[in-house]
Order: sequence, then C-alpha cells, then structure tokens
Amino acid sequence: MTDLLLFWIPAAVALVSTGLVITRRNASHALIYLVVSLLAIAVIFFVLGAPFAAALEVVIYAGAIVVLFLFVVMMLNLGQSSVLRESRWLRPGMWVLPAVLVTALLLVMVYALAGLPDNTTMTKGVMVGPQAVGIELFGPYLLAVELAGFLLLAALVGAYHLGRRYLEERREA
Amino acid sequence: MLILPLAVGTLLAVMFLQWWERRLLGWWQDRRGPNRVGWFGVLQGVADGIKFITKDDWLPPFGDRALFILAPVIVCASMMFVLAVIPFAPDMVIADLNIALLWFLAMSSLAVYGVLLGGFASNNKYALLGSLRAAAQMVTYEVFMGLSIMGVVIHAGSFSLVDIVEAQADMWFIVPQFLGFVIFFLAGLAESHRLPFDLPEAEHELTAGFHTEYSGMKFVLLMCGEYVAVIVTSCLLVLLFFGGWLVPEFLDFLPPVVWFGAKVLVFVHVFVLLRAAIPRPRYDQLMSLGWKILLPLTLVNLLATGFFVLWGT
Repeated sequence: MTDLLLFWIPAAVALVSTGLVITRRNASHALIYLVVSLLAIAVIFFVLGAPFAAALEVVIYAGAIVVLFLFVVMMLNLGQSSVLRESRWLRPGMWVLPAVLVTALLLVMVYALAGLPDNTTMTKGVMVGPQAVGIELFGPYLLAVELAGFLLLAALVGAYHLGRRYLEERREA
Repeated sequence: MLILPLAVGTLLAVMFLQWWERRLLGWWQDRRGPNRVGWFGVLQGVADGIKFITKDDWLPPFGDRALFILAPVIVCASMMFVLAVIPFAPDMVIADLNIALLWFLAMSSLAVYGVLLGGFASNNKYALLGSLRAAAQMVTYEVFMGLSIMGVVIHAGSFSLVDIVEAQADMWFIVPQFLGFVIFFLAGLAESHRLPFDLPEAEHELTAGFHTEYSGMKFVLLMCGEYVAVIVTSCLLVLLFFGGWLVPEFLDFLPPVVWFGAKVLVFVHVFVLLRAAIPRPRYDQLMSLGWKILLPLTLVNLLATGFFVLWGT
C-alpha cells in the first residue's frame, strides 16, 4: 500500500502541475509549475529505483534548463499587454484540432499500457546506481552518447557563431 | 532522529555566526563590531531576532505576492536539505545516499530559483538586475562546481560522501586534487554569493540587489540561507578534500565529530576573512574568469585525473 502511495502521490502532483503549466497565463508561474512537475517526476524515478536519473532530472532539467527559460521570461518582462494579446490569439475554437490529436495519442498509449503484463510493478525492481548507468551508457549505448556529443558540439559552435556576429556588429557601430 | 537537533543546531549556529562574523570583521577592520548585548555581544543574534520579528512584514503591492513569499523559503530550505546527506562522523548522517554529491548539486541548483524569483517578484529594477546577475552567475559557476568534484569521485569511485571520506584514509584528496579544490572553493563562493562574489547584491550599485524589497522575517530567511550555504560549503570542502572526520593517529584522542567541526570552522573563518580582505570584482571579470579560465582548467584537471587513475590500475 505504501509502495503504491509512494508512486501515486508524486504521479498526481506531476499531472496536476503539468496541467497548470499549460493553463497558467502568467509565464513565470507556469515555469514554476513546470519545476514542480519535474521534481515530482524525479521523485517517481527515485521510487522506481533509479536515484541517478532522479538526481540528473533535478540538476539538469529543474536546475539548469528551466532556470534559463525563467531567465528569458525575466529579460522580456512581459506584462499585462502580452497576456491580452495571447488570449486574443488563442480563441476557444483553436483547441479542437489539438485536442482530437492528443486524444488519439492518449488512446494509443492507454492501449499499449493495458497490454503490458501485470507483474511489471515498480518498487519490486532492482536499484540502478550511478555505476550501472555509466557502464550501460559507455557500453551498449556508446554510439548514442557520441551522437549526443556531436549534437551538443554543433549547438555550441552555432551559439558561438551567433554571439560573434553580434559582437562584431557592436564593435563596428 | 538526527533531523530535529541538526535543524535547530544549524539555525542556532547561523544566529551566532552572523554575530561572530561581524565581530571578526570588526577586529580585522579596526573597529569594534556588535559588542553590547550580553558577554562581548554574544546575544546580538537574539536582539536582532526580536527586532526582525516585530518589524512590519511588508509585501510590495506592485509585485508578485505568491512568488515573493516563496523565494526566501526556497533559498533557505534548499540549503537546509543539503544537511541531510552530510556525514558529521562515521554514523552521524541522516541519509547516506549513493548519490549524496548529486543531491548537493541538485539542491544548490534549486537555490537559484529563490534568488531569481525574489528579484523578479519584487518588480523593482535594482532587484531585477540583481537576480539576472545571480542567475547568470550561479548557472555559470554550477557548471564547473559539478565538474571540479568529479576528480574526487574518480578517486573515490563513489558519489556517497561516507565512501569519499573513507577513501581518504591514506591521503587527503587535497594532494591529488589541489586544482579541483581551488575551483570548487571559488565556485562555492560564487554559489553562496558571498563577498567578494556578491554581485547579485552589490550594495554600491544595486542598493541591495535581489533582496532590496525584503524586510522582516523574510529578509532573515534569505540571510539564513546565505549563512547555511557558507556552513554547507565548508562542510563539503572538508568532506571532499580534507578527509572529513579523519585525522592522523596521534590526534585520535577527541571524537571524530569534534575534528570535523574544527575543520569546518576553519573554512567558515576563511569565508569571513575573504569578505574582509578582497574587493568585489567587476561583473564581466567574474564571468570571464569563470568561462575562460576556470572551465578549461576544470576540464584539464578532469582529463588528467582520469588519465592517472587509469594509468595506475
């Protein structure tokens, strides 16, 4: 019973806060709910026996990426006018098509999950420590790690290029 | 069982630390410091507490109230949570997680939100500038704060702080990881945004930076978070690089927790001394020190450590 509660409480928190992320008008409040949702997912990872994934979820997603989102929101300092403009763009009729598409996806996912055998319970599993994750990453998944490395390097070079153009323009001016 | 005494003890330590810091600054700067309340001013913390509790707990009507209240709580709570994984002696630890070090990094990255939201919710240009600085500074220094302690993790082969201390039985990690120590120290200073890296507050240019609008007990919570950050960073410096509770055998006559406390106190004093001695750098100097010098150094340190550890096996 406690096992189930340990799963269902963070799961409920994640669902509710993710819903709030979508519906909040105030961008900074939405981002705070996103952080709450990420923290709840980290707790689920922890309960499922993956503490390393849980820690990385907090360090990288909640602690770095959303901070940058919030940073941009603060820089733009959006006021009431942008909230009004957004509500003008998002008329109720706009929601029909996305809702249909998402429902289709949801049905497929529920069908797939229902097909899973019943004994794949979560808290019974083994603990996957940091070492196990490392061995897997640099063993069978080495190619994926290297590809991710390429992608990040390309992003880094791209960011440098954009930043340098800005600096040169400023120097000329 | 350890949770309550630890929480209360830390808050009391913060109360005395803020008095002791002002006394030390006074001595080093040739003035007296707070010396009136109680014996040499020991009870200054109590007097300050009464003053802060009776102050008007003002909420800026022009700001974002919910976030304004949330921010100091995040600052203080995230740092207090780190205490959960700190081993004070072999068996004195609340939770000996196998991801203890990552827990610390996670909590210190969540602390950014407190500073960021505090400035943003104040809806005041000085506060906003302060928290923009804080966000950029803390995200920057977080990057190599994490990387600089990976050398220690490579040597110890574990993220658990108990394992890391026990791996230092023969030699403290300050010897093989001196570079890591220097970088972690600077990053810890920037993460706790203490002088000389207190650019988010920088009173000569930003009034009081991100906490300009804070008063009363909310201000106390922010300050409390800062002092807990100093204590936590000192604890981690001792655990990661100075053997935690371990001492040479001829010093074994005191219990381990006393030695741990003594080492932590040394670092707390170093933090205070730095505040007294070093002027604040310019903001761009801080950022270019981080990205152009400390980050490459950290990566070189990590590569070299990996190389020598593999060479040895």
